[in-house]
Amino acid sequence: MVALTANAAGKTELLLGNEAIARGALEAGVRVAASYPGTPASEILENLAKVAEEAGLYAEWSVNEKVAAEVGTAASFAGLRAIVSFKHEGLNVALDTLCHVNLTGTRGGLVVVVCDDPAGWSSPSENDSRAIIQWLNVPLLEPSTPQEAKDMTRWAFELSEQIGTYCVVRSSTRVSHTTGTVILGAIASRDTPAYFDTSKLFVFVPIVKKHADLLAKVEQVKEIFEKCQFNYYEGPERPELMIVSSGSGRLYAVEAVECLQLEKRVGIVHLGTTWPVPAKFLEKQLSRTSRVLVVEEVDPFLERNLKVVAGDSSWLNRDHVIYGKASGHIKPFGELSPEAVINALVRLTGVTYRPRSKEYDGRAKQVAKGLVIDREIMWCPGCPHRATFWTIKNAFGLDGRDGFVSGDIGCYALDRRGAGGYLITKTALAMGSGIGVGSGLGKLGQFGFGQPVIAVCGDSTLFHAAIPALINARYNASDVIVMILDNGATAMTGFQPHPGVGVNAMGKAAPVVDIEGLCRGLDIPLEVMDPFDITENTKRLAELMSDRDGVRVVIMRRPCALLRSPDEKPPFKVWVDTSKCRGDECGCARYCVRVFKCPGIVWDRTKGRAQIDEAVCIGCGVCTCICPASAIMKEALSE
Amino acid sequence: MSEAKLSVDPLNIVVCGVGGQGNILVARLTGRSLAKRGYLVTIGETYGASQRGGDVMSHIRLSVRRKYGPLIPPGGAHIVLGLEPLETVRILVDYGNPQVATITNIHPILPVTVGMGVTRYPDYDELRQAIAELSGQVWLLDATEVALGLGSVRLTNLVMLGALIGSSLLPVTEAQVEEEIKERFPRDTLRPVLEAFRKGLSYTRATGCV
Repeated sequence: MVALTANAAGKTELLLGNEAIARGALEAGVRVAASYPGTPASEILENLAKVAEEAGLYAEWSVNEKVAAEVGTAASFAGLRAIVSFKHEGLNVALDTLCHVNLTGTRGGLVVVVCDDPAGWSSPSENDSRAIIQWLNVPLLEPSTPQEAKDMTRWAFELSEQIGTYCVVRSSTRVSHTTGTVILGAIASRDTPAYFDTSKLFVFVPIVKKHADLLAKVEQVKEIFEKCQFNYYEGPERPELMIVSSGSGRLYAVEAVECLQLEKRVGIVHLGTTWPVPAKFLEKQLSRTSRVLVVEEVDPFLERNLKVVAGDSSWLNRDHVIYGKASGHIKPFGELSPEAVINALVRLTGVTYRPRSKEYDGRAKQVAKGLVIDREIMWCPGCPHRATFWTIKNAFGLDGRDGFVSGDIGCYALDRRGAGGYLITKTALAMGSGIGVGSGLGKLGQFGFGQPVIAVCGDSTLFHAAIPALINARYNASDVIVMILDNGATAMTGFQPHPGVGVNAMGKAAPVVDIEGLCRGLDIPLEVMDPFDITENTKRLAELMSDRDGVRVVIMRRPCALLRSPDEKPPFKVWVDTSKCRGDECGCARYCVRVFKCPGIVWDRTKGRAQIDEAVCIGCGVCTCICPASAIMKEALSE
Repeated sequence: MSEAKLSVDPLNIVVCGVGGQGNILVARLTGRSLAKRGYLVTIGETYGASQRGGDVMSHIRLSVRRKYGPLIPPGGAHIVLGLEPLETVRILVDYGNPQVATITNIHPILPVTVGMGVTRYPDYDELRQAIAELSGQVWLLDATEVALGLGSVRLTNLVMLGALIGSSLLPVTEAQVEEEIKERFPRDTLRPVLEAFRKGLSYTRATGCV
């Protein structure tokens, strides 16, 4: 593979969608890149950071998406091209800044890439960002392939400079995480020095004038979009049915038409620029036929805007019917698929579709029912979170007042997911919300609230959005135990560095932000525990719950089990003493595998006894304290 | 570049397995070696939060006509390359058809619920029968054992890549894929990797499908 930075215009490469976005930015001469990790967006900044030195750009993992947007905006104000990228959840965080940058305007090209996650493969929601971008009233580009992802990103920088506001490229899991053939373009060399022209103001006043300016820019963009190469029609001149598609929807539409052999009956409009809507272009397409199916994900965004275009066009036939999510032909939730489009076309055209025989379908169904079991995800063997949540669960049991965990976003949310959790986490909202909700619950004592609350938060999450909530709990004297689960990593998204680890995005040494120092500065009582000291910690935690005395912080500190080198020797040899394990005859009803649920302990069905799976166990030794018959043994392994 | 030719277009391949098995690497090495021959390649990856032991799949689509989408329609696989037998069955249920060629590792990775005693992992005979019933052609091998014999379970994916190439179902040669492997791995780690690839390759070359 040629390097992402190779100036090899015309060469064909296989690139991941996110690599293609990074390449598009490099081709445009990007100088500054900022982001916060989040699937499916992380590889954009990761790839730019990897080549930062060579390509002469600056790349950072910002503390959160709002700051990332500000860092990118700053570069733009100073005349440089900048890219800001994050997942859809990140757009919500960055929104407060972005809904003013559209008013202040920009100088150097500023591109915001937002990667939606339909079906929430790696997210707590499947929100469609496009309605927010329409509200921001900035240009919205929707690529369908890695090639388009690269080309649109590159073009978005030019467009941004042409109109003086930022542009948004909306990707999705099926674009960002698709690898495809891409023809590379030339890499622009840009050596403009950074300079803030103090004769210009980037402020939001006068407010009404700024709003009017933004609306004028939208009109200008509309005209540009009317003649944009990313919008086109393929199919018969007068189709019986016309699909209007965006994003991956275009590829599924092409596939569905081909599967059903409808090429002579159905045409496809691909709309790459979905806000502002190029009304004249769409009107022209609508004149081809009176039946339209809109294929997009997740919300009926394009569908509604298309109906507005049809409504505004007095000459259009009143019999125009626009099918899609509102009509129930495609479901308005979950991920789009070729199958979804095939089913909609079958309904609308009356053709039949059977990809395989009834007999085969029957056999497949039978096999699925009889043999196929789910493969659930859970905490890894040796995960500090399992030990921590086990401790909390037992401390709640000792306390006996129906305590619960106010949860947050990170691997510790696996307490509520899959088969391995303890289900003591009862609330989970957004990044940093664990402490915010905990802070609120801790003020309900005057209304009779007496349940102990432990508000959890990971280390990266603490820096991202939880510090204001922690200060709030302190300032307002909320009765809550805040537990910082410090595993030294942004583990769930792929181990990107954060302010606590001493390295920056480009792999250079960075100052360490000390969590204890931060808490001490806030004058909050603080204890640091090793999550593996289960017995001690359980007692202490129960004590902390009983004296309700404002906010207290417990730092549970131990590195993520996945940070261990594969060659590292386990600390303990762990085994089940078969003379002590009474197996199926014991009254515990398989307590270790039923309640503690570490994948390193398995139930041997033939012997009716617990057993350590040596291929899975990493020898943390935590489970030795959970067996009621004390049958799980450990022995320290010397170096 | 003009050597690209396909008997079916698009040619759809599913590579499936369990998070951590190196599923994505197999798909990318395959895809890259084919892209170099002039094929239009699309690889769609589905993994979600599955790095924590869930099921993963990559869809590879090859065409000389157009760029296909990242998802194969149901029942539309031509080749299933399974790194784990239960995952192979799961994929055949959704994407299989009477003609599909299945090449699978038969070494199980037990879902955690099996160890917990709440679910049952199918017996080898049940799996073999289900795979045979849902496939047109089948190659079975214990790639994990081969990999362990070479010193690391982590070579399993390379053994399976070799098995895929040795089946001659793809329009790409052993040398072309080896070239790709050599680009991807540092020189000092290359020996066991190439050995794993060649072992898998000679297995399917020497063994007809069952």
